[in-house]
Amino acid sequence: MTKPLPTDSVGIVQPKRHRFTEPLTLASGQTLEEYELVYETYGELNAAASNAILICHALSGHHHAAGFHSNDEKKPGWWDNYIGPGKPIDTSRFFVVSLNNLGGCHGSTGPTSINPKTGEVWGADFPRLRVRDWVHSQAKLADVLGIECWAAVIGGSLGGMQAMRWSLEYPNRLRHCVVIASAMKLSAQNIAFNETARQAITSDPDFKDGHYLKHNTYPKQGLAVARMIGHITYLSGDGMGEKFGRELKSGNFELGNEELVEFQIESYLKYQGEQFSGTFDANTYILMTRALDYFDLSREYENDPAKAFAEARCKYLVISFSSDWRFSPERSREIADALIAAQKPVVYAEIESSHGHDAFLVPNERYQQVFSRYLKRIEV
Amino acid sequence: MRIDLDIIANWVSPNSRVLDLGCGDGTLLAQLTQDKSIFGYGLEIDEDHINQCIDKDVNVIEHDLDERSLQNFADASFDTVIMTQALQTMRYPDLLLNEMLRIGKECIVTFPNFGHWRARLYLALQGKMPVSDFLPYEWYNTPNIHFCTFKDFEILCRQKNIKVLHRQVVTDNSIDQFGSQVLPNLFGETAIYHLS
Repeated sequence: MTKPLPTDSVGIVQPKRHRFTEPLTLASGQTLEEYELVYETYGELNAAASNAILICHALSGHHHAAGFHSNDEKKPGWWDNYIGPGKPIDTSRFFVVSLNNLGGCHGSTGPTSINPKTGEVWGADFPRLRVRDWVHSQAKLADVLGIECWAAVIGGSLGGMQAMRWSLEYPNRLRHCVVIASAMKLSAQNIAFNETARQAITSDPDFKDGHYLKHNTYPKQGLAVARMIGHITYLSGDGMGEKFGRELKSGNFELGNEELVEFQIESYLKYQGEQFSGTFDANTYILMTRALDYFDLSREYENDPAKAFAEARCKYLVISFSSDWRFSPERSREIADALIAAQKPVVYAEIESSHGHDAFLVPNERYQQVFSRYLKRIEV
Repeated sequence: MRIDLDIIANWVSPNSRVLDLGCGDGTLLAQLTQDKSIFGYGLEIDEDHINQCIDKDVNVIEHDLDERSLQNFADASFDTVIMTQALQTMRYPDLLLNEMLRIGKECIVTFPNFGHWRARLYLALQGKMPVSDFLPYEWYNTPNIHFCTFKDFEILCRQKNIKVLHRQVVTDNSIDQFGSQVLPNLFGETAIYHLS
């Protein structure tokens, strides 16, 4: 027996795929001769193609943002809480496009794809990507879909960086930019966490300098540890305390007990690491964290964010979460301040939540209100 | 009671840049945008007000004026900085006034007059802090922690060398209206000051 789908779900969705045969010049100077992007769409594109929304995913995201691939799928897409009929990104009004970014490991061309020049898996030789490379490839996808101008480009975390970059690279191709739990550049502490995660992967003996697939090995343990490190930074200390406290999964502290004591949080992190390392590619993880580290919105605008945003022509919604210490509210306030200095329209809201950085994925009444009301104002 | 909005609108130049501190539900900014084509931002702390601003397409920034400085706003970056009916709720109204005049070329401030005859009478006869329809709070739960009279405010302006460009006294009945022409500090209910 298959379970009925929730009524506010976009329902069963099918990923689509497009092959781009025109070369893409990357920020690194390298060129991708051809590439494929996997994407999903929800809702209907209207005749004027004025109701399209682009979803940019974060570090571990992919194209499956909403709905179910089958009736048996246990969990819906990663942002199903916010995409669907009547939800903040209302698919009864908007045509939503969500893709797996270049360099990803969920179907778009990336380190696990075949390098046409060598006939072998790219592995660690896959070109390094920057956020702007994603933005350019997303623009090519928009061309294919007949979308001249997005009603909105929306992203959380690394996705928010893409949304901001869109507004500078293609100022005439979006009307609204929604930047959630993001930053104009990473802090030293953020880069430090990313590098520690990368070290966990590259020091796994099965990593083989990134050519593990050729050697029929996989740095599963390293990737699991990388994910565990990341996961700690996505939760807040208080949130973790509320959820796990010092509860024990097994063992006890009674005198004479030699059984190993395992805390609930240990078990949880191990489970998260294991789940993740079974479905994600280690080279993609390295590539994505590097793109995060390299991103600096105003590097080529004399390090002046207001100068960068002077390019933009869209309106902005910026949202942060009180307990997010990975992309703290301070970082989002800097975005809002730069937009004000550049005299750009912006709404900024700071949402109370104990869910840390992950809050942008979790249901939250106020977040939903702000998000819904803002998108309702967008004319299509 | 928002009868002061029309008067404020008269003192705001068309196509100018406006910052509204404590912008409430965004009514003033929405009206100024529509009637005067201003470009503005509002700072607000209340969730419901922020939602209402979003509904009105007002640029609202969540900002706690008591907790956070306005250092993020550059000198003379706005033509007019406005604060309606909120100065008396601030922890440091005098310092905020300095900041408003730093950020804005001109400022507009409105506040309730604690020197109004009804407040004076209430205190004199009942010996208790005035409570009215307009000021419905008890002394212990009022957000209005720094009440002043017109006279008090003007003394502060003189001390700070703040120039009063205009002053308009608002009343809500004909007796007060008549009286305020002679004794504004006794009959005026709300004051609107245009400063630079």
